[in-house]
Amino acid sequence: MRKLKNILRLGRKELWSLWRDPMMLLLILYVFTVSVYTAATALPETLHNAAIAIVDEDQSPLSARIASAFYPPEFQHPRMITVGEMDAGMDRGDFTFALNIPPDFQRDVLAGRNPEIQLNIDATRMSQAFTGNGYIQQMAMGEISEFVQRHRAAQALPVELALRARFNPTLEKSWFGGIAEIINTVAMLSIILTGAALIREREHGTIEHLLVMPVTPGEIMISKIWSMSLVVLLATGLSLNFVIRGLLQVPIEGSIPLFLVGVVLCLFAMTSLGIYMATLARTMPQFGLLLMLTLMPMNMLSGGATPRESMPEVVQNLMLIAPTTHFVEIGQSILFRGAGLDAVWKPFLALAVIGTVLFILSFRRFRKTIGQMA
Amino acid sequence: MASAQAPGPAAARVRQLTLHYGNMRALDALDLEVPAGCMVGLIGPDGVGKSSLMSLLAGARAIQDGRIEVLGGDMADKRHRDAVCPRIAYMPQGLGKNLYPTLSVEENLQFFARLFGHGAAERRRRIDDLTRSTGLHAFLDRPAGKLSGGMKQKLGLCCALIHDPDFLLLDEPTTGVDPLARAQFWDLIDRIRGERSGMSVIVATAYMDEAQRFDWLVAMDDGRVLATGTPPDILARTRSASLEEAFIRLLPEDKTRGHTPVVIPPLETHADDIAIEARGLTMRFGDFTAVDHVSFRIRRGEIFGFLGSNGCGKSTTMKMLTGLLPASEGQAWLFGHEVNPKDIDTRRRVGYMSQAFSLYGELTVRQNLELHAQLFHVPDEAVAGRVDEMVERFGLRQVLERLPDAIPLGMRQRLSLAVAMVHKPELLILDEPTSGVDPVARDNFWHLLVELSRRDKVTIFISTHFMNEAERCDRMSMMHAGKVLDSDAPARLVEKRGARSLEEAFIGYLVEAGGEAQAEAAAEQDLAQAAPVAHGTADIPQQAHPAGHRAFSLQRLFSYCWRETLELQRDPVRATLALAGSLLLMLVMGFGITMDVEDLRYAVLDRDQTTLSQNYSLSLAGSRYFIEQPPLADYEDLDRRMRRGEIALAIEIPSGFGRNLLRGRQVEVGAWIDGSMPQRAETVQGYVQGIHQHWLQEKAGEQFGTGAGGPATIESRYRYNPDIESLRAMVPAVMPLLLLMLPAMLTALAVVREKELGSIINLYVTPVTRTEFLLGKQLPYVLLAMVNFFCMSLMAVTVFGVPVTGSYLALTLAMAVFCVVSTGMGLLASTITRSQIAAMFIAMIGTMLPAMQLAGLINPVSSMEGAGRVMGEIYPATHMFTISRGVFSKALEFADLHGTMLPLLAAVPVILGAAIALLKKQER
Repeated sequence: MRKLKNILRLGRKELWSLWRDPMMLLLILYVFTVSVYTAATALPETLHNAAIAIVDEDQSPLSARIASAFYPPEFQHPRMITVGEMDAGMDRGDFTFALNIPPDFQRDVLAGRNPEIQLNIDATRMSQAFTGNGYIQQMAMGEISEFVQRHRAAQALPVELALRARFNPTLEKSWFGGIAEIINTVAMLSIILTGAALIREREHGTIEHLLVMPVTPGEIMISKIWSMSLVVLLATGLSLNFVIRGLLQVPIEGSIPLFLVGVVLCLFAMTSLGIYMATLARTMPQFGLLLMLTLMPMNMLSGGATPRESMPEVVQNLMLIAPTTHFVEIGQSILFRGAGLDAVWKPFLALAVIGTVLFILSFRRFRKTIGQMA
Repeated sequence: MASAQAPGPAAARVRQLTLHYGNMRALDALDLEVPAGCMVGLIGPDGVGKSSLMSLLAGARAIQDGRIEVLGGDMADKRHRDAVCPRIAYMPQGLGKNLYPTLSVEENLQFFARLFGHGAAERRRRIDDLTRSTGLHAFLDRPAGKLSGGMKQKLGLCCALIHDPDFLLLDEPTTGVDPLARAQFWDLIDRIRGERSGMSVIVATAYMDEAQRFDWLVAMDDGRVLATGTPPDILARTRSASLEEAFIRLLPEDKTRGHTPVVIPPLETHADDIAIEARGLTMRFGDFTAVDHVSFRIRRGEIFGFLGSNGCGKSTTMKMLTGLLPASEGQAWLFGHEVNPKDIDTRRRVGYMSQAFSLYGELTVRQNLELHAQLFHVPDEAVAGRVDEMVERFGLRQVLERLPDAIPLGMRQRLSLAVAMVHKPELLILDEPTSGVDPVARDNFWHLLVELSRRDKVTIFISTHFMNEAERCDRMSMMHAGKVLDSDAPARLVEKRGARSLEEAFIGYLVEAGGEAQAEAAAEQDLAQAAPVAHGTADIPQQAHPAGHRAFSLQRLFSYCWRETLELQRDPVRATLALAGSLLLMLVMGFGITMDVEDLRYAVLDRDQTTLSQNYSLSLAGSRYFIEQPPLADYEDLDRRMRRGEIALAIEIPSGFGRNLLRGRQVEVGAWIDGSMPQRAETVQGYVQGIHQHWLQEKAGEQFGTGAGGPATIESRYRYNPDIESLRAMVPAVMPLLLLMLPAMLTALAVVREKELGSIINLYVTPVTRTEFLLGKQLPYVLLAMVNFFCMSLMAVTVFGVPVTGSYLALTLAMAVFCVVSTGMGLLASTITRSQIAAMFIAMIGTMLPAMQLAGLINPVSSMEGAGRVMGEIYPATHMFTISRGVFSKALEFADLHGTMLPLLAAVPVILGAAIALLKKQER
């Protein structure tokens, strides 16, 4: 009972401290609004303004037709070049795609000789290479078939491929970007807030004060965890409702309360980690550097930025230790795919286990090092 | 020494000098004439503007309003400042503040000597002279951070004297130094003045008793001069016995109202009623013994004092008593219970006030009191009453709802005491509670202590480095280097040593104690021999300022460069981040930023189950991008498994697929793609379409005869990266990205660190120019970044298996230029910020965001629009990405690269120029 009261009071003190720290408040506000909004809207369409050049050695109506098929916003107006200019241009990176239409192309097509167009792709520009290739193939072939159809009857199998994207039918990037950013933000803020709360106490010498009072290290740690988690949880809920659903008009499929339960589990793990890191770092700058070395791998490798399955197996398995990996899974399953508890109980369990382990580890380290902090 | 003298020609003249920090006025229309050739004392408590005045006189701070003349010229004039700077020496406040703690004594001195342009032989001679005459010669190899307080101050003095200044400014040189070291320090100054008779010295000090020995005094309060004159003159004018008394009399009426001298009533207590007992208390940190077998007994109701210098173990002993630190050896009892950190109940009987103000600055005065009352388990219903009682007793009524940072220092001190008292403890442990408080407020504080002790029978254990406070204690211990020298009533201690004052008694004990004192005494003998040599220095003053005003000096540049290298070598955290951190991040990003979509799990919902439909699904299974999962049973299954993220793609083949197809009827194959990751979904779309087309062509070929695949074929050639692996595209780009971020971060910290630690003052007061300072600091980081680059390229070739196909020499050269740019960006960030955190944030925002989003790391610059496009075109990282990818993947040589090299080169003068222009040569 007395323990609970102490935890409650110490936590309330943390909230007051945060409330009177305008920089931190500004940071929280910024990451949950502006940052989420820009992350959602800044992601360009994959194929936007792609630079293409065409070497037209045929100079026929058909080649002209193909050239005219490329226009903004997906492509820039094609640059007409000669064969000689092609290599140098690609080396300099002036254009990503170079379409080479050979001489007598139209004649060969009509004669059914199945001529070949060469498409050169700068594969160092990975983001456009794949999608652009598909696009160009489709468009060029479309133009050719249409052209041919006017000259002779088509001979092809009548199989259509009906492509439908589930959960995000138009593949709107803002949906993905916004929610991915919220997930990252939860991870980042939970570490920063608790870590900074502990280091601030150390730098201001107030930790010493706490320790001579009849409170235990456990109470100090738990009070920081609950208060900072509450702040992040609240901000997440508000941001989901007002920024993601309101401003960005992203439809959320799953249950937000279930997601928030996931957030709580994640916060438990990440705030414990934050305390652990704060006991390692002696000053704020050291904490900042440490933060970079932990957050970057977590952000990039836990599946929020790029799909996990295309990473090397070692990395995939290693990242199972990170709480963010499971949190990203929870977030994507619930928010995008509308999964229920029956589908996500595994990551929930994993998160709870990781959280408990992290809590115990950092509690032990906290108790051991707290004497040296004073 | 303190002979009365009329002020001769002035060393410095100050007219109507005013200085503001934000809203706070530090100096208020101050007028002063400092006589030359003598020792002037600037006295007054902390925070009255002494340090501000000193730094203005030294030219370290820019003049806001008013006029200062030093050594016959206007200090607002840059040319005059440059000209006289080698003749002024300034030692800022704080123990060894302008020294570099990781550098040894020798290295510190070498650094300063180089800045003033002395040759190698001359440097050796001067360093030997100075260290011999100060007793530091035996410690040349010891890092400055590991010196004792007194030795640090001596080193500071040596560094200040290395260039034979005519005007020496010492800001609180003896604060926190033990009395013996203090006495030695003043003897040293006297001796040096004897040798260089023309030298003017100004000393700021908060110890009034010390001021007795100066030739001429300036008493300051609230940014104004209260009085000037020789010490006897001032004493006579105020009819006081001591300078402390004189100072209180000089203060304006409203400050001293209600002030009465502290009188201590006799103690009535039983000798066997013990509140604290310690026996053989010892604390070791590694091989350093902070507290060495300390024993004492404190009776209930007694005021017991601990007197000693900074770092002698006072605070550590107190922390062991409170249970904050577990003792390495020995035992202690509070009220007969052994100290046990887990014993929550004893904690409620003790109140503790730590050295620095350590209440919550974010809570109001009332909130602070309430929180502490609650945490000490004052019953809920009693909290309000108790807080009220404390507020009344400690006079905090009018500041109740304010934040502690906004109330005066003396008031804050009372708040700290109130907080320590809120749970009515029987024992108060106060660690230097009065440092930085003016004499009047200090006396008021003591009134409270006396009342607590005598009226409420609270035992008070207090530490201090003020002699006159120690004198007020019932009993006291003198501490030095972790040992208690002796404990008794102050008067008895003086008697025992046959000394005239407590200070003299303390010095007696210190000399007897030996240890470091012995080493220093040995140095004193050294000094007797060295004295004539030191005299020689003074004989050749012409040689004193050899290279003072040269606009650019390589020696000064390399001096900073050498110093920075040494410091970097000795700071494991930064070095680790630089090398190991970058390799780790390269691994992470190389694998993390991937556009590859492989090993996608898919399942088929085959409602047809004919050979043709199976043939269709086989075409997917054959692709390296897909892994087949057990077939789907129905839509529900499809839905469930996709929601769980088990499959990223589902193919539905309708019933009658095979039959209809053979009859030439239109059929439709359905493909559901998990759209939760749009980028992945797009790629999957492309794959599926490709495989579908391919299957169609193949089938058409079988059905309609050979070769009739279609009207034409588009043959895609993925150039530079035929296997289209992300690694080959990303690794060459990740290297410049990391070599942008990390070096920028390191240099950003490098300059701001000096600002935070205070050694930036050396830029302000030595002849080093901004260009020399910045370039000197930059050079080691450029080299470090290049080492980093070689490690990373090795990793690219071996771990990632990405070969270099073009000219590695060209890449190296370009990278060197790029590292100059990236470190320059860090310098730029650090010139406009004040704290390490801010510098880190700015460096991160200025490098990471544009490099990742605008410079073509993922999306080519050519496909961007608007302002982002313009930014991307001029941002140096853009060009470096092009060069790096070109050399790694496109087999480019020097000749192919000059077009991209030029904008990179152009960025160097722009960024460095901006950094130099924005750096201030004076504090503002």
